[in-house]
Amino acid sequence: MEQLVIETKNLSKIYEGAVEVRAVDNVDLQIQNGEFTAIVGPSGSGKTTLLNMIGGLDRPTSGSIRVNGVELSGMRENELIDFRLRHIGFVFQSYNLIPVLTARENTEFIMLMQNVDKALRNERVEKLLSEVGLSDKMDSRPSQLSGGQQQRVAVARALASKPDFVLADEPTANLDSKSTANLLDIMARLNRDEGTTFIFSTHDQRVIDRARRVITLVDGKIVSDEQR
Amino acid sequence: MNLQIKLAWRNLWRNKRRTLITMASVFFAVILATLMMSIKEGMYGVMTESMVASYTGFVQVHAKGYWEDKSLDEAFLVSDSMTSVFEQDPDLTGYVSRIESFALSATETTSKGAMVVGTDVTMEKHMTNLDERLVDGQYLEPGDDAVLLGAGLAEYHKVGVGDTIVLLGQGYHGTNAAGKYPIKGIVKFGSPDLSKRLVMLPIETAQTLFGTEGQVTNLVLLLDDADQAFEAAARLQPQLGEQLEVMDWHQLVPELVDMIEADRVEGYVFMFILYMVISFGIFGTVLMMLAERRHEFGVLVAVGMKRIRLASVVLIEVVTISLIGAFAGLLGAIPVCAYFFLNPVPIGGEETGQMMEDYGFEPVIQASMDASIFIQQASIVAIVACLLAIYPFINILRINAIQAMRS
Ligand SMILES: Nc1ncnc2c1ncn2[C@@H]1O[C@H](COP(=O)(O)OP(=O)(O)OP(=O)(O)O)[C@@H](O)[C@H]1O
Ligand SMILES: [Mg+2]
Repeated sequence: MEQLVIETKNLSKIYEGAVEVRAVDNVDLQIQNGEFTAIVGPSGSGKTTLLNMIGGLDRPTSGSIRVNGVELSGMRENELIDFRLRHIGFVFQSYNLIPVLTARENTEFIMLMQNVDKALRNERVEKLLSEVGLSDKMDSRPSQLSGGQQQRVAVARALASKPDFVLADEPTANLDSKSTANLLDIMARLNRDEGTTFIFSTHDQRVIDRARRVITLVDGKIVSDEQR
Repeated sequence: MNLQIKLAWRNLWRNKRRTLITMASVFFAVILATLMMSIKEGMYGVMTESMVASYTGFVQVHAKGYWEDKSLDEAFLVSDSMTSVFEQDPDLTGYVSRIESFALSATETTSKGAMVVGTDVTMEKHMTNLDERLVDGQYLEPGDDAVLLGAGLAEYHKVGVGDTIVLLGQGYHGTNAAGKYPIKGIVKFGSPDLSKRLVMLPIETAQTLFGTEGQVTNLVLLLDDADQAFEAAARLQPQLGEQLEVMDWHQLVPELVDMIEADRVEGYVFMFILYMVISFGIFGTVLMMLAERRHEFGVLVAVGMKRIRLASVVLIEVVTISLIGAFAGLLGAIPVCAYFFLNPVPIGGEETGQMMEDYGFEPVIQASMDASIFIQQASIVAIVACLLAIYPFINILRINAIQAMRS
C-alpha cells in the first residue's frame, strides 16, 4: 500500500559565514512507505544535512518537512526529541552504541524509553537480534563486537522502536566489503519482508546498486531521481 | 528511573580507577575533617566540662550588678516567691545556693589569696558531683565547721586532711571576716586554676564567717538538660524581676565561649579549604567525563532520550561517587573517634598541655561522638556534590545532538 511518509517543500539550509553555503537548496522530495532509497552525491553535496533535517535533528532555514503529515519545522526541541523517539529510527556512521550496555540492552534501550512492557521487549529484542544474525552476541558489549556487528546492532535498535522509517547516514562507510554486503542483505530483507522504509546515504557504488531508488544531490539540489 | 540508575552505575565502573581515586579523595577529606572536628568539639566539651559543668553551672542568678563587682554587699535573701518560680519551671530540677568571696588563706608559714565558696553541700554534690572529686578525706556535711581545699592550694600550703587553715578577709559591709577551720578533704578540679584557688565550706559556716546571715551571692540553677540553659535564662529573668540578674553560661564565662568560637572558626576555615581542594578534584573528573562521553550523549539525544533524563544520569553519578566516599569516610572516622572518646589522651607537660592548663583546662584530648559532627560532614559532602552536579546538569540540558555527535 503506497502511502506518503516524508514530504519536503522548498526545503533549504543555508550556512551563513564568510561565504554563504547553500547546503540544501530548495529541495522538494517525497518518500513513500516501503521505499529502499539511496541519497548519493559528491562530498559536501548536502546528503547529511538533508537527512538530519528529515530526521528532526537539524532545523531548516526555510521550507517545510512533513512526516506522516506532521510538520517538523515548528516543533520545540523537546517535542522533536520525543518525535524522534516515537517515529524515526537512526543508524549513524559509527559509534552508534552505548559502550556500557550489551547488544541486548542497546536494542532494548529505545523500547525502555517508550515504556514498552518487559515481556514484549524481550520478545522483540530476541527476534531483532536474531534477524541481524547476532543471537549468540546478545550479551556482548560493543567493545567486544566488530564494526559490522556493531552496525547490525544499531539497525536492530533502530527497528526496535517500530519507526515510520529508518535513516542511515553512510552506515557502511567504516565497514569492509564483506560486512557491507552483509549489512545491506539484512536491510534489504527487512525492507522486503517487514516493509520497513530505509533511506540511506552512501558513496559506495555496491551500496548504490542495491537501492531501488537513487536520488542524486549536487550542491544541495536534486539533479536526478531514478527508480529501478 | 531504573534506566538512569543502571546507566549511571555502569558508567561509574567504566573507568574504575578514576572512580575509585575520586571516591578516595572524598574518603580522606571526610576522615580528616571528621577527626579534626571531633577532636575540636571534644576539647570544647572538656573545657566546658571542667569549667561550666563542674563549677559555674549553666545558669546563675545574682543580685543585679554583683557579677561585675563581685561584692559581698550585693548578697540577697532567697525569698519564697523566688523558690516558687523555680519550682514551677519545667526545666529546673533545683538550685545550689552559694556565697562567694575572696580571702587570704594562711598557715603558720604560708599565705595565698583564695576564692572562698560557701555552698549548699547537699545540692552541690547533686549538681557538680563535688564529692567524687575528693582525692583525700571526706565530703562536707551541712553545718560542718570545716573546709575542703583545692588540691593545688593544699600543695602550696603543704597541708593535708586534719590540718587547719586560717581564712582572713572582709565580710558583709566591711566587717572583719576571720576563721580557723580544719581541712576535711582535698578536692581536685578539672580546671587546674580552680584547684589552685578554691576553698569550699558549708554555706551556713560561710554566712557566719562573712556575716551575711542567711543571704547568698549566687544561685546556680540545676537543669534537666544543659541545652535548655538559654531558653530557661530568658524565661526566668522577667519572672524574677529587675533586682535580680539571670545569666546563662555564655554570659558567665564569655572568655571561654569566645575562645571556643574562635577555634571553631579556625576549624571551619581549614575544612572549607579542604573541601574546596577536593571539589576542584571532583570537578576535574566531571569535566573529563563530560568530554569523553560527549559523542555518546549526542547519540542518546538523537535517538530520543530526553535531555533531563540524561542529565539525571550524570547527577546520580556525581552524587553517588561523593556519597560513597563520604560514607566510607564516616565509617572510617567513627571507630577512631570512638577510641579517643573512650580513651582520652593526657597531653600534660607538652607545650599544648601547658597552654591548656594555663587557660584553666584539664589537659586531655578527648574526641567527641556528638552525632551532629558526623551529620554535618555528610551534609557538607551532599551539598558540595549537588553543587558540583549543577554544571554537568545544565551542560547536558543544552546539548545539541548533531554538534555532540561530531566530537
Ligand atoms: N555546521 C556547519 N556549518 C557550516 N557549514 C556546514 C555545516 N555543516 C555542513 N556545512 C556545509 O554544508 C555543505 C553540505 O554538507 P554535508 O555534510 O551535508 O555534505 P555531505 O553530502 O554529507 O558530505 P559527505 O559526503 O562528505 O558526508 C558542505 O559544504 C559543508 O561544508
Ligand atoms: Mg555526510
